[in-house]
Amino acid sequence: MLRNTLLALVILVMGYMFYNVYSNYETRTELSGISQHFAAQGAAEVGAANIVTAIVVTYRGFDTLGEVTILFLTASIIAFFLKLKDEDYESSINHRETSELLVTASQILIPIIFLFGIYVFMNGHLTPGGGFQGGAIIATGVALMILATPNVKLNYHVIHWVEAVSGVSFVIIGILGIVLAGGFLDNKILGLGEFGTLFSAGAIPIIYSFVGLKVGAEISNILNKYQKSQKENE
Amino acid sequence: MENFDLGHISLLIGLLLILVGFWGVLTQKNIIKIIVGFTILNTGINILMVSLGYVRGKTAPIIDNAVAQTGNHDVSASVVDPVPQALVLTAIVIGFGVTALMLAYAMKLYSAKKTLEINKFNDLKW
Repeated sequence: MLRNTLLALVILVMGYMFYNVYSNYETRTELSGISQHFAAQGAAEVGAANIVTAIVVTYRGFDTLGEVTILFLTASIIAFFLKLKDEDYESSINHRETSELLVTASQILIPIIFLFGIYVFMNGHLTPGGGFQGGAIIATGVALMILATPNVKLNYHVIHWVEAVSGVSFVIIGILGIVLAGGFLDNKILGLGEFGTLFSAGAIPIIYSFVGLKVGAEISNILNKYQKSQKENE
Repeated sequence: MENFDLGHISLLIGLLLILVGFWGVLTQKNIIKIIVGFTILNTGINILMVSLGYVRGKTAPIIDNAVAQTGNHDVSASVVDPVPQALVLTAIVIGFGVTALMLAYAMKLYSAKKTLEINKFNDLKW
């Protein structure tokens, strides 16, 4: 009883604080200083139609490198915690049979989902989307595959190689920026191209493709580990 | 109420989701439900951050025909703030990492005691 009263009190106090935030909120009518610069100069300096992508990949490229590192760290810690042996990857468990609908639909949908993911990360500089979103879409395809055929054996050597190669390529492109252009992760190592086309915005489509492959491989790896760490009769 | 617009709607939804997620974290007994509570809390904070970047009557920060129509080809006069959106993109990825780690811990806890009831894990209680 005391516990419930305290909980209600905490929620009420938070609600009161949030009510004050809400009642003092006024919609802004113009951009702040740094955003003004990004919006006005982004197209000329970076060449990406999507200003959010220009900020994420070029202006704040270090953040993106950090994000990719955090994802890698998550995958490593999960691998450390779940401690899979080689025979765990080969084991198969008797799951309840999956429904006919799911199996048939997944066979049609998985190639389309993969294609859509690749489209999303290759067009990250033109449309809403980018490497992280495209990688997550690819991983949903892998999740659907695991749901439809629970004993599917993903080739984890391929996943590890895709992850490693795309991670290293991302850093190499960043270092090329120091040598050939203005600084680390500068996208002008390639020409800016014609604004609004697929081959524009310098290195952004390439960087985002590597990020997309890396994120897709990493999330698939995590999903595969969750699936394979299940033991029978547990 | 005369100034009620998209910014207010998304701010309200964000604050409500934070409250719901916080309530879930505090009251639920099942570890999976606590993790769901954390995810809702995370989503609420992200929506709140995006809503703080909203500028009245402006369009998405992607330079295309919509920008030409809204701001008469002046980009900075026709888009919402792109910086909070870029930061939220980072926050979403980190939220994913945290959720994945929590689920891995939940799997380890389940294999240790064969239960997900948080009250059964009282080894450190005094």
